[in-house]
Amino acid sequence: MSGHYNLKALIKAIRSCKTLADERSVIQKESAAVRTSFKEEDSFTRYNNIAKLLYIHMLGYPAHFGQIECLKLVASPRFADKRLGYLGIMLLLDENQEVLTLVTNSLKNDMNHSNMYAVGLALCTFANISSEEMSRDLANEVEKLLGSSNTYIRKKAALCALRIIRRVPDLMDHFVSKAKSLLQDRNHGVLLAGITLITEMCEGDERVCDEFRKATGLLVKHLKNLVTTGYSAEHDVLGITDPFLQVKILRLLRLLGKGDPTASETMNDILAQVATNTDSTKNVGNSILYETVLTVLEIEADSGLRVMAINILGKFLTNRDNNIRYVALNTLNKVVGIDTNAVQRHRNTILDCLRDGDISIRRRALELTYALVNEGNVRVMTRELLSFLEVADNEFKLGMTTQICLGAERFAPNKRWQIDTVLRVLKLAGNYVREEILAAFIRLTCHTPELQFYTAQRLYAALSSDLSQESLTLAAVWIIGEFGDVLLQGGSIDDGEEVKQVNDTDIIDLLQLVLSSPYTNTLIRQFVLTALSKLSVRFAELSTPNQSTNQDRIAEILANFSSNLELEIQQRSVEFGSLLGLRDVKMGVLERMPPPEIRTTMMGTVSERKPVGSTRTDKDTVVDLIGDDITASPNDASSSSSGPSTQDLLADIFGTGSSDLSSPSTTPAPNGQAQTRSAAADIMSLFENTPTSAPTSNQPTSISSPPVQSSSGTGSLFDLVTPSSSASAPAAPPPQLQSQAKQLQTYTAYEKNGLRITLTPKVAPNQPGVIQILARFQATSGESVGSVNFQVAVPKTQQLQMQAMSSTEISSGSTETQQMRIHAPAGASIRLRMRISYTKNGQNVTDQQDFAGFPADLTGSK
Amino acid sequence: MIKFVLVQNRQGKTRLSKWYSPYDDDEKVRLRGEVHRLIAPRDQKYQSNFVEFRNDKIVYRRYAGLFFCVCVDSNDNELAYLEAIHLFVEVLDAFFQNVCELDLVFSFYKVYAILDEVFLAGEIEETSKQVVLDRLDYLEKLD
Repeated sequence: MSGHYNLKALIKAIRSCKTLADERSVIQKESAAVRTSFKEEDSFTRYNNIAKLLYIHMLGYPAHFGQIECLKLVASPRFADKRLGYLGIMLLLDENQEVLTLVTNSLKNDMNHSNMYAVGLALCTFANISSEEMSRDLANEVEKLLGSSNTYIRKKAALCALRIIRRVPDLMDHFVSKAKSLLQDRNHGVLLAGITLITEMCEGDERVCDEFRKATGLLVKHLKNLVTTGYSAEHDVLGITDPFLQVKILRLLRLLGKGDPTASETMNDILAQVATNTDSTKNVGNSILYETVLTVLEIEADSGLRVMAINILGKFLTNRDNNIRYVALNTLNKVVGIDTNAVQRHRNTILDCLRDGDISIRRRALELTYALVNEGNVRVMTRELLSFLEVADNEFKLGMTTQICLGAERFAPNKRWQIDTVLRVLKLAGNYVREEILAAFIRLTCHTPELQFYTAQRLYAALSSDLSQESLTLAAVWIIGEFGDVLLQGGSIDDGEEVKQVNDTDIIDLLQLVLSSPYTNTLIRQFVLTALSKLSVRFAELSTPNQSTNQDRIAEILANFSSNLELEIQQRSVEFGSLLGLRDVKMGVLERMPPPEIRTTMMGTVSERKPVGSTRTDKDTVVDLIGDDITASPNDASSSSSGPSTQDLLADIFGTGSSDLSSPSTTPAPNGQAQTRSAAADIMSLFENTPTSAPTSNQPTSISSPPVQSSSGTGSLFDLVTPSSSASAPAAPPPQLQSQAKQLQTYTAYEKNGLRITLTPKVAPNQPGVIQILARFQATSGESVGSVNFQVAVPKTQQLQMQAMSSTEISSGSTETQQMRIHAPAGASIRLRMRISYTKNGQNVTDQQDFAGFPADLTGSK
Repeated sequence: MIKFVLVQNRQGKTRLSKWYSPYDDDEKVRLRGEVHRLIAPRDQKYQSNFVEFRNDKIVYRRYAGLFFCVCVDSNDNELAYLEAIHLFVEVLDAFFQNVCELDLVFSFYKVYAILDEVFLAGEIEETSKQVVLDRLDYLEKLD
């Protein structure tokens, strides 16, 4: 069986194959023919066979059986045979193969060949495939050839030496002295190869590097010649003389100048000259400029030169060529840590690159942008990043959300801004947020009581409009659950926009919507269940209007999950269900959590010490007195605080009615059930120091059927709900009670024309600095008072939120109420300026009065 | 330093492959495929000619239907390698007098010889087009 006549015939035959199967069969036949031919030891067909075999190999078919034949071909006296044989060796062998040792001898012979082209072939083969062993065997030959008078041999030998020291660094000493003489070479090819070799040596060995430092002047001279001599046809590339050599010299200069002021000094001038004189309109010129910049940035260059280098990169950024912008961003990324200010100057150009058409340029620009964020520009940069987040590729989002939030944490001018930023991130890319970021956000909210209403309100609104963002859902559900009472009590965010008052039914509706949304998952369900349980207590504390319906709804939702297939959810559902049945326990268990420990998210500084930004945009609080923006509208009032009688409301607002105060709830329930209550007692022991607000006195026997079976269950419950007493309120019942009593003291702030206004301040122990004040309006003279408008202002350092009045008409004998909340720094005294307008007997009365009668320690000590 | 040079057409057929680092055969096949998948779909106008690839980067340039790719160290000068690719193509063009893909197919062994004159041991060996062409002409006569 004979194959195709020659290589050309074979290639044609293969190309004419219509299918891959045809091609395969042609090649199989040909391989078989070649193999048979090899067995015949026919030296005349060998050349042809190897040529065909190499083509077959190129197409990806096995051809290794030809290795030995290649060696035979190399031994042939014909140059063409030798050439193809070596090509075959380079293609079929690599340095890992055993056969390679057989090649060493051929190479050695040919390196001593009289024909320079045969020597060239041997060097070329050696340079491409040399193994460690071969390197050791032939190092002497290569060293000898480095001194050859023939430039063609010298340059190849130099690269062979490079290969040797890459494989066997110990052999470097062989070549150092010869390499030095290469630097004097007039031939560009040899010089180029020599400089490449020396660069490799200097990278590998500091000692050798010192040795070559002496040659800095020589290299500078070479570079100068290249830059200053005019056109040379042989090495010209678009008007620049041998850019490759220039780049190599610059690279070697970088190694020599690094950490050596003297050498750096020697090359300063030429670097400046290259940087200014190189034509930057073409890629060739830019490749040299780029290398120059890298060198300048790495050596001990003077500051003028460094600025020049950064400015070259800045100019690169505006280049129309993608490649140039790419390398510029890449390099800026490397230097941004060292020369931040110089890079900052090009910030706008870098931000423009965020919108580049090329994704790798966008990625680089993004990395650089992160590095540029600092205290001074955090607002601007974050705004840019957020607007980019809207259009960013999904693969960037996770990194971006993390970086934006970390940047906000590190550099936030105030907490309001930080919260706003994270909120925006959650809204824009809520499916790409790390758990740590979410946790940090929740931590931040817990530590910022002043902004809890604001945050809860914003999250509520965001969640109502978009259920598809997982992290937004988680954050919102958690915050709404934890601060449901704050959300219901309302307040103002004074952002010039309408705040829609939320009521308890709305909240439950929303959570139910979350549960039924297609985006929900196990984690979200767990969050919702926990939130619902907390809400049940929050609602009870506030005694909201639809209290009983909503408690039933919560119980129903929880019960729905009691046979859920997810163990975790089922367990929560059952445990929360029983917990809500334990009236006196649940209040304590589900109390507001103490703010988690402050720690930084991943890096950066602790941010909780940052001042709190005003929730008002620009107005002074005092201005509010004159402005009409807090005019209570009667419509609002009806939605929030109508329903139960004022007395109930009062009692509930303060958690413990004044009658309960006298019998502190820390007293354990009656002893008659001590034994059955063992499980519950365990629970109680956790809270024994907490003056729980649970009204135990009402129903002493409420735990008549204690859930003994849940003793293990309750244990795991506490993993979910951290007891509140442990960190924030150490055991000190008497003063606590005392202060609670003081808080409930009522002060008369205004009494004129048959209208009495009393103020009752209350400070929640877990929210120091937040004072809830209940204003009560009574008509004392037996005649009713109408159109009451009560406005209050506080000093600038404090913040005020007011609810609507329960009714603006005060009939004789009844009491109307209005809630307000003041955020004040610790130790500040509360001063109020009140403006009251009302009608009495058809007459309009307007009055203004100051009030500062609260005790000084109301806001806590400093 | 160059790790490997690949010339592939738009369908992913490799017309030239040169490996300066030791890879075994399976690895070579994998690399060919990966590089093709990475380079071929890239936009010529809006994307740069550089792609990160494993720990290295690939500098490539398209000439008609052929992609010339070199894989270089990540700290190498991309722009200079872009010029080096162009130099290689110019030499091919001068040697074959208006080179086309078929020249590379039918004279693949000559293409290797040309490559060996321009690059050696993963470094640029000669930057003068004329020197390379003179050398090649002489070698032709020896055959």
